[in-house]
Amino acid sequence: MKETINFLLAGVGGQGTILASDVLVNVGLAAGYQAKQAEIHGMSQRGGSVTSHVRWGKVVYSPIAAASEVDVLLSFEKTEALRNLRMLRPDGLAIINMEAIKPITVTSGGQPYPTDEHLIATFAQATSHVVYVNGAGIAAELGNAKVANVVLLGALAAQVHQSGMAGTELTFDTWLKVIQERVPKKYVEINQQAFKAGWEIVKK
Amino acid sequence: MIQLLSGNEEVARGAWDAGVAVASAYPVTHSTEILETLARFPNVYAEWAPNEKVAVDVAVGAAYAGKRALAAMKHVGLNVAADALMYAAMTGMEAGLVIVSADDPAMHSSQNEQDNRTLAKFARIPCLEPSDSQEAKDLTIAAFGLSERFDTPVMLRPTTRICHSTSSVELGERIDASLLKSLQQFPRNPTKYVMVPGNAIKRHPIIEQRIVDIAKFAEKFPYNRIEEGDKSLGIITAGVAYQYAREVFPHASVLHLGMTWPLPKELVRKFATSVDRLIVIEELDPFIEEGVRLMGIQVEGKSIFPLIGELDPGVVRESAIRAGLLPEESRPPMIKVDVGVLPARPPVLCPGCPHRSTFYILNKLKVPVNGDIGCYSLALVPPLSAIHTCGCMGASIGVAHGAMKANDNERHVAVLGDSTFFHTGIPALINVVYNQSPVVTVIMDNRTTGMTGHQDNPSTGRTLQGKETTQVEIESLVRAMGVKHVKTIEAFQVEEIEKTLKEYIKLDEPSVLITREPCALLPEGRKRWVPLEVISEKCNGCSLCFRIGCPAILKSDELDERLQRPKALIDSGLCTGCEICAQLCPRDAITFRNQ
Repeated sequence: MKETINFLLAGVGGQGTILASDVLVNVGLAAGYQAKQAEIHGMSQRGGSVTSHVRWGKVVYSPIAAASEVDVLLSFEKTEALRNLRMLRPDGLAIINMEAIKPITVTSGGQPYPTDEHLIATFAQATSHVVYVNGAGIAAELGNAKVANVVLLGALAAQVHQSGMAGTELTFDTWLKVIQERVPKKYVEINQQAFKAGWEIVKK
Repeated sequence: MIQLLSGNEEVARGAWDAGVAVASAYPVTHSTEILETLARFPNVYAEWAPNEKVAVDVAVGAAYAGKRALAAMKHVGLNVAADALMYAAMTGMEAGLVIVSADDPAMHSSQNEQDNRTLAKFARIPCLEPSDSQEAKDLTIAAFGLSERFDTPVMLRPTTRICHSTSSVELGERIDASLLKSLQQFPRNPTKYVMVPGNAIKRHPIIEQRIVDIAKFAEKFPYNRIEEGDKSLGIITAGVAYQYAREVFPHASVLHLGMTWPLPKELVRKFATSVDRLIVIEELDPFIEEGVRLMGIQVEGKSIFPLIGELDPGVVRESAIRAGLLPEESRPPMIKVDVGVLPARPPVLCPGCPHRSTFYILNKLKVPVNGDIGCYSLALVPPLSAIHTCGCMGASIGVAHGAMKANDNERHVAVLGDSTFFHTGIPALINVVYNQSPVVTVIMDNRTTGMTGHQDNPSTGRTLQGKETTQVEIESLVRAMGVKHVKTIEAFQVEEIEKTLKEYIKLDEPSVLITREPCALLPEGRKRWVPLEVISEKCNGCSLCFRIGCPAILKSDELDERLQRPKALIDSGLCTGCEICAQLCPRDAITFRNQ
């Protein structure tokens, strides 16, 4: 078993990447690992790209992983998935939320936004472990668009459970417990449903 | 108890555990959370000061009065506070004084990446560098002890990567207050605390001897430690670079320095002689490296690792491979797939930003605009393209004044926010009045300190600790300075702003336009959120609304039949209903909120 696992969360300011990475680092701690998380905020609130690193392992020194050493890429947005592909190791795990948030360079600058065909073909060359998730659609069906990030965490958790890396031993319930602790009480139930929906995408 | 906390939270916890009584700071991205965390603890006074110099003076005053004190800032903030740092280094204090300088390698949110360890050396004060959250706490506590033991301010220098990373921390308890010094009255000790030349000349030898004494102490400082490993390579390292060194060279011998100034010379010498090849891994300047080389020890550092930007495990490994320190095989396999050309995602002024209208007009008027530090520096990018200079906090007004004195063939505009005006804009505006230049100053009052995440400031009427307080009125202040032409306009009144700016740039006297509207992200700003719509039949794709650079205005797939240009479309999920576009549309094709 690989003794460490490196996650990279990528998205756009306002998508809930920070909450998701907070859950992720705390799952690592609850599972008895050394866990570290690193993020850069500042401009993120103004529509810029956001990334957050999370690492678990018996011993973790650096809070960030090097390029090509990310085991699991969780992207909340399609272009951000492509932008961060170089961080993923060959045949690493990728969970991609099929949401497009078009930057100003596209909406008023006239640059093209990458097509779904390009996204899927590019990732197919890089890894055989990609899960595409309609996070927004699933969250809307559950009745709250804001839980899309927890749907994605569900898919990620199920992927990790099959990965053979640090964290593979973590069960559905271990993850759920940490999520329950970290969301406001009145949203516990919907977040449970969101996590379950994400987990089942992979398990099916 | 173990918890996951950020470096900033841990500096705050460390200060609290050490019994800090007074803390002051100006909110700046990557050190803001230190004071925000501290403000939530009981029995500590924490405040937002208008600028870093004031913050350090406040902390010095508290430490003179015998209470432990802290001032926090980013690296460039210490430039503002350098005067205060230098006299505090001369006087020493009655109780511990810690100055946090959060440096920003890679300039994640700054105008430069200066390495403030040099300022610690310059001021003859010790510099401590944490390498994770636990050390952020432990070194903050140690800094207070060190400060009192040697009667010196102490610099704590975390970097962005430490400030905003979380790692596990063993929580402690606050020190028993009875163990700390307490003064019956403020010291009357002018030879120590009044830095007139006659007293200062006597203090200088004391501070030179002090740094020699601290260097001796550094030999036994527990955060300077040798981690023995393979003797073929020895690495001296500090801060987050320590983590990268351990990650990339798991078997090497390491000298971890928790105190990087002054250097523990004997420890360095002992370590150097115990290894075959000695290298330094540090971010930014060759600070440790030059200190070691001055001791006559052969060492490599910046000949291997970059001088510029942030390190990470990949950069350290790649540099080491190129220098022959690691074999080629240690490079991990890479994904070699071309992802194509991706659209950049620059940060932009938010939908509904009250700054947008003024920048649209300034661009239209084609005047030189001197910008400042805040969200509004984002008006630099097209299509607004309305900022021509931006250097540091408060620079806008002085630069505009100087430019006009040099060449008055164009009217200069200075643009800055409410919080930045209080920071260092005030003396510059006084200069414009005193020395009379027709600079047009626009104070964009969005009722908060926006860029750093909505902190209160002197005009909001609330303190850091949530108390109601007197609001400093910008209009009265500006009029009291002697500015005769002062006008306040709601920031979304496009026509009124245009009319006033056109009038002001013709004047031969100083003028101030205050544009006022709460930041769109504040609860007060959110109240008005009603998305607008484009009436497709009326839109002819003239593209005027695209020129305000609003992320909520998209190009529709539908083309105007006659001109074959894309019509506008408003993203109802993003639009806040600020109505700037609706006011500008020549064909009334965009609805107003009440329509």
